[in-house]
Amino acid sequence: MSTALRQLLAGGRPRKAAIDAFLDAHEFPLVEGNHVTFIWRGQADGVRLRHFVYALQTEVNFQRVAGTDLWHCSLDLPRGSRIEYKIDVVRGANHKWIRDPLNPRMATDPFGANSVCACDGYEVPDWVVPDDEARHGTLEEHWLEPTPFGEARKVTVYLPARFRESRRYPLLVVHDGGDYMRFAALQTVLDNLIHRGEVQPLIVALTHPGDRLVEYPDDPRHTSFVAETLLPFMEARYPLWPDAAARVLMGASFGGVASLSVAWRYQGVFGGLLLQSGSFAFTDIGQHQRGPAFDPVVRFVNAFRENPGKPAQRAFVSCGQYESLIYENRSMVPFLQGIGVETRFTEARDGHNWENWRDRLQEGLSWLFPGPLWMVYE
Amino acid sequence: MIILLGPQRLAPVVGEVAASYGVAGHAAVITAGWQEREAEDEELFAALGMPGVNLQLYARWEEVARTDPALFAAHRERQDRLRALEELYDGRLRHVMAAARELMRAEGPLGLIESERESAIDAVRELDDHHLRRVAAIHAEFDARVKPTEHPALARHREQIRDVLARSEVVAIAGGHVGVLLNRLRLFGLGDAIGDRHVIAWSAGAMVCCGRIALFHDSPPQGAGNAEVFEHGLGLCPDYVALPHAKRRLRMSDPVRVALMARRLAPATPLTLELRDHVALDGGRVVGAAGACALGHDGSVTPIRPAAAAGGAA
Repeated sequence: MSTALRQLLAGGRPRKAAIDAFLDAHEFPLVEGNHVTFIWRGQADGVRLRHFVYALQTEVNFQRVAGTDLWHCSLDLPRGSRIEYKIDVVRGANHKWIRDPLNPRMATDPFGANSVCACDGYEVPDWVVPDDEARHGTLEEHWLEPTPFGEARKVTVYLPARFRESRRYPLLVVHDGGDYMRFAALQTVLDNLIHRGEVQPLIVALTHPGDRLVEYPDDPRHTSFVAETLLPFMEARYPLWPDAAARVLMGASFGGVASLSVAWRYQGVFGGLLLQSGSFAFTDIGQHQRGPAFDPVVRFVNAFRENPGKPAQRAFVSCGQYESLIYENRSMVPFLQGIGVETRFTEARDGHNWENWRDRLQEGLSWLFPGPLWMVYE
Repeated sequence: MIILLGPQRLAPVVGEVAASYGVAGHAAVITAGWQEREAEDEELFAALGMPGVNLQLYARWEEVARTDPALFAAHRERQDRLRALEELYDGRLRHVMAAARELMRAEGPLGLIESERESAIDAVRELDDHHLRRVAAIHAEFDARVKPTEHPALARHREQIRDVLARSEVVAIAGGHVGVLLNRLRLFGLGDAIGDRHVIAWSAGAMVCCGRIALFHDSPPQGAGNAEVFEHGLGLCPDYVALPHAKRRLRMSDPVRVALMARRLAPATPLTLELRDHVALDGGRVVGAAGACALGHDGSVTPIRPAAAAGGAA
């Protein structure tokens, strides 16, 4: 229990006015070093904290302060942690998952939004916030047709500020490009990192999947789409460096699987991989326990591990320590290094979410596309 | 007179420093390191306090590239070769620098370890020299094969630049992208054309005036790399290697890194140039300085003083 809450309760059951004053006086959740206290106020039969930290019990019961409508629960989290959570308010047989009404910080994803708890030591990187001095890149949309899917597919292309036809640029292909833009501030991140000289000006092809759970785990239609439809289009339309070293595939979760499977099936075409929390589930023996959506993933990763070849020259791999996939991602690192892929791995005290992936972009992009910082002395 | 200065954007002192040495007159200004922002020179002229003309080397090359596709293609091919060579150099550098760094931090009998350190640093110097020879050979081959000065599109601009220089007493070279800046200076023949005019140069501009250009950054976001010897500079002050923003870009508090940098770049003296710093040289002799420091072979950082002989710190 936090010091502030202990003080509130020190004199016995607090009065309504005291609770009002307590809620007005603090930001929530209460963070004291490694100790985090969540507060909820209202009438309910039960209240639970639903966080997404693998390896911790996924629901934690709030305790009610006797005789009041104030509820609290605590977690110990290491310094630098950032977690997303909801509060499960139970009334009778009904469970309602809500964002923490006392906490304005939230993160969005394709399923909605979660509340965010940032512990001591975590700061939102300044390069994810729009910088007035940074010039903006531009976006163009194209529909590609025909495609191996039998339907037209949209690609959004990011061109860096001061784009010039007379220059050549490396290419980054981003799976779930729309989600990266909406939930991981990708356009702002690119604008800022290019402006700072930390990442070289690059052209980004942002793809938009159909059914990603079907298309991403080594679906030959998808791998063919990227390598035989998208890449030729981009090379014909934009001034790209004509070699594999200047082509990088990027994706998160199943998008990481998609990136690896394209590189694996088209070896020598893509030189770099940026894999974030890749869903690299595999089995050494027996069956996996992750449900049917992972069947094709496991088939692919097992096949890859059996006969890896060399899918890329360099790979940046990141994962959150609070994800179940941390073990698969950690095991991927020595595996990639063992087949001669120069691999850089980083992990964070965060979960399987878009802001974790956002926060790792500076390290990954600047490693794969080192900018002219080295050359610029203003 | 050659005056080298630190960064000017946040605290420009270029005008008052130039005036303090009596450097004045019509200025030919070079801002090619700013690339597309080359023409945004209003603040620069205000700070410089001299009348002058921006030579617009960046824009001139853009025009040449448009009007002479063959020259543009040959130039691009040369840049590709230089880039590929740099990657090879970088790969080799990693190993020799790791060995040198390990020995600089190693402990052992003094009589034994020092000669091993010297040998390890010699290996780095040898690689640096080899790289510079290879770079020079690529330039020489390009000049002999392509004969860029005989291309009318380029020759016309070189002639115009010579005309501007003929009525200029001062050449001012701003910072920015050191590779682009050096490239444009070379393309338009500024190395020879500057002659004995006063030169006042800052940041990347100061770097290109030296005998060699070192690229350095101890803490970029992608992780520390190794300082690289990039190319020969214009050689206006051959005894120095300018290191602008050194406090921000170098771990100056680490005497091992400082010593390694100083010994590697010997016999030239690495010269730090921060905000408001400058050093003035006349005939290679230091005639004035403020703030600029020399990196010493023992890891020291010592202010340059006018009394020092050329290439040395007091």
